[in-house]
Amino acid sequence: MVDILMPALSPTMTEGKLAKWLKQPGDEIKSGDVIAEIETDKATMEVEAVDEGKLEEILVPEGTEGVAVNTVIARMGGENAPAAQPDPPAPAPAPATPATPAAVHKTVTEIPEAGWGETRPMTVREALREAMALEMRADGDVFLMGEEVAQYQGAYKISQGMLDEFGPKRVIDTPITEHGFTGMAVGAAMNGLKPIVEFMTFNFAMQAVDQIINSAAKTLYMSGGQMGAQIVFRGPNGAAARVGAQHSQCYASWYAHCPGLKVVAPWSAADAKGLLRAAIRDPNPVIFLENEILYGHSFECPVSEDFVLPLGKAKVEREGTDVTIIAFSIMVDVAMKAADALAELGVSAEVINLRTIRPLDIETIATSVKKTSRVVSVEEGWPFAGIGAEMIAVVVEHCFDWLDAPPARVAGIDVPMPYAANLEKLALPQPEWVVEAVKKFF
Amino acid sequence: MAAAPDKSRRPRKPADSMDRDELLKAYSTMLLIRRFEEKAGQLYGMGLIAGFCHLYIGQEAVVVGMQHCTGDGDEVITSYRDHGHMLAAGMDPKGVMAELTGRSGGYSKGKGGSMHMFSKEKGFFGGHGIVGAQVSLGTGLGFSNWYRGNDRVSLTYFGEGAANQGQVYESFNLSNLMKLPVVYIIENNRYAMGTSVERASASRDLSLNGVPWGMPSMAVDGMDVLAVKAAGEEAVAHCRAGKGPFLLEMKTYRYRGHSMSDPAKYRTREEVQKMRAEHDSLDHAKARLIELGMDEAALKKIDDGVKARVQEAADFAQSSPEPEPGELYTDVLVEG
Ligand SMILES: Cc1ncc(C[n+]2csc(CCOP(=O)(O)OP(=O)(O)O)c2C)c(N)n1
Ligand SMILES: [Mg+2]
Repeated sequence: MVDILMPALSPTMTEGKLAKWLKQPGDEIKSGDVIAEIETDKATMEVEAVDEGKLEEILVPEGTEGVAVNTVIARMGGENAPAAQPDPPAPAPAPATPATPAAVHKTVTEIPEAGWGETRPMTVREALREAMALEMRADGDVFLMGEEVAQYQGAYKISQGMLDEFGPKRVIDTPITEHGFTGMAVGAAMNGLKPIVEFMTFNFAMQAVDQIINSAAKTLYMSGGQMGAQIVFRGPNGAAARVGAQHSQCYASWYAHCPGLKVVAPWSAADAKGLLRAAIRDPNPVIFLENEILYGHSFECPVSEDFVLPLGKAKVEREGTDVTIIAFSIMVDVAMKAADALAELGVSAEVINLRTIRPLDIETIATSVKKTSRVVSVEEGWPFAGIGAEMIAVVVEHCFDWLDAPPARVAGIDVPMPYAANLEKLALPQPEWVVEAVKKFF
Repeated sequence: MAAAPDKSRRPRKPADSMDRDELLKAYSTMLLIRRFEEKAGQLYGMGLIAGFCHLYIGQEAVVVGMQHCTGDGDEVITSYRDHGHMLAAGMDPKGVMAELTGRSGGYSKGKGGSMHMFSKEKGFFGGHGIVGAQVSLGTGLGFSNWYRGNDRVSLTYFGEGAANQGQVYESFNLSNLMKLPVVYIIENNRYAMGTSVERASASRDLSLNGVPWGMPSMAVDGMDVLAVKAAGEEAVAHCRAGKGPFLLEMKTYRYRGHSMSDPAKYRTREEVQKMRAEHDSLDHAKARLIELGMDEAALKKIDDGVKARVQEAADFAQSSPEPEPGELYTDVLVEG
């Protein structure tokens, strides 16, 4: 007998729905046959047989939700069935697990925003889609282009259903030609259209960075204000899970360095919906840095069709009196967890979610630091010339006399992202790092 | 050093490009790649391999046929779909599999992963994650051969999706201008993730994509290792003779998803099954070997040997320890 296990089919998958069995007990299976279909929050995927033999027994019926990776889902027999799984010859170190679980739900400590009205739980993925759809319904000059955004429904399923609604002229699949299609979009924006350019991930925007910096960011200035580019560049930024050095880096400080760009980094679903709508309406080029791990996270989100958030305003996600923790994107999760842990130690932490990195909301930061007198910045990117460095400079400039301790920063380790599970974990900021940094203040 | 070029050589008919012994060797390397990739897929499903993992199943004949045209000192560079290229270059399956599991015994000490492996010893220059980037790098490998005045050749592989990137054509211009010894190999497996070649390229014949620069080229049946060898020989000889680069478009097919997560909605199951059933490179080589007098029992023995090697690699990849935590900080800059 050979066990068939629930396979992991993506970098972040920990469980999935067994949507459909395509083989039944008694069927002969050949290597390469599709035996089942599995659904995750991202996609429906086919499971192919690796071994040959007869399907003896189905243990997890179709339609079962939340089947954990490596659960035995069926058994196979037959003379020519080779051993399915190799026996590890020696006890190996802990098997590789994704660095971050796929669906951690949000902490309960978030302060609901005044004036949100009715809310419902929504994933960041849905919120981004809704933001784009609402803006595209309202303005015929807004369109979406990028790799796999249309027929494939988005590499990370952000644009799911949008081709159906808006058609191929407004939801455009491009070849893998980032430099070319980005330049094309910027040109279209110079002539008055309002493109949303999706980068499959921001790592690939490096191919297009000249058009972003030299064309999109500078045209308004160079033309003496005659023409600019109303354009949004969006996509996942930062580390996902186990995708290595070329696919895991945070571009916040790269783009924030450049005048002529706005840089936004949402954390929650409300951030995603409200800020993306504002970014699309903003007459300037906006870099919109999403996070792949957050896509599947669900948050209470305003349902109102009028809900928009202002660019350039940070949000105090949790109030406190002893220390200010400043974070953006998924690092807000880390900051919130650290604040929970600090509360147990009797330290009251205030957490600021930056939302927009440039222009920076100095007022919210200064007000908070003047109250707490201590500050730590948290970012996933590298420390050198990072957002933390800017944050601390701003704090020193504006709150020097209020500080009780030198500002601290927590950042990703100053190395390219390693692939190995244990090393990747060591490279990314953890809540404990923040707690340790704060402890040094007292 | 690579063998001296035979300038009088004309491309041979595919069937004559390998004798029985050579074909047998090619067949076992192709089989090694196939079984290795099946095992990698299995280990991924068990959570022992993570992140992106792009399998080469279906395309084995391309890299194996090309490897039979080159020798020591020639360079190979490719994309993230790189396991086959490494095995064909003679890299140790144990070290490759251990890199897939992120262990210290891997070619990059566990720090690179499936997409990023290298071997100076075997002339394998990676393993690159940014679509198209390796094409300029491969041109640079050719440049270094030209600069040093040796007769080595750079084999630069990329997908048909990558063939739309601008730097590919910048590279074509440079290499033709400077007569650099680069064989550009488009592995046209018809899809770039979920986008078919017809939906991504206005060029209907990718083998002609070097024409404006005067680059000679051929379209090749990439499911036939003999045809690959025959075409590869001509391309490599052209480069070694100092005549500049050569473009080969290999018509091939990937059987599995783009990477492990693939909704598989962009092509039909029948299309995949038909390719596997009617055009499989291993079936083709096997049939030819039988024609040449090999018996089934001998082939079965090869299969068993390959399976044992792959199992050994899988065992090693699981027992090799994780990298030491201190490895996080090494290899960022050359010290001293
Ligand atoms: C510059 C860049 N853009 C996008 C991606 C995401 N991506 C990875 S592989 C791939 C498809 C490439 O297809 P092809 O060149 O045909 O090679 P194949 O995967 O078929 O071997 C894409 C879009 C990337 N890695 N780099
Ligand atoms: Mg392809």
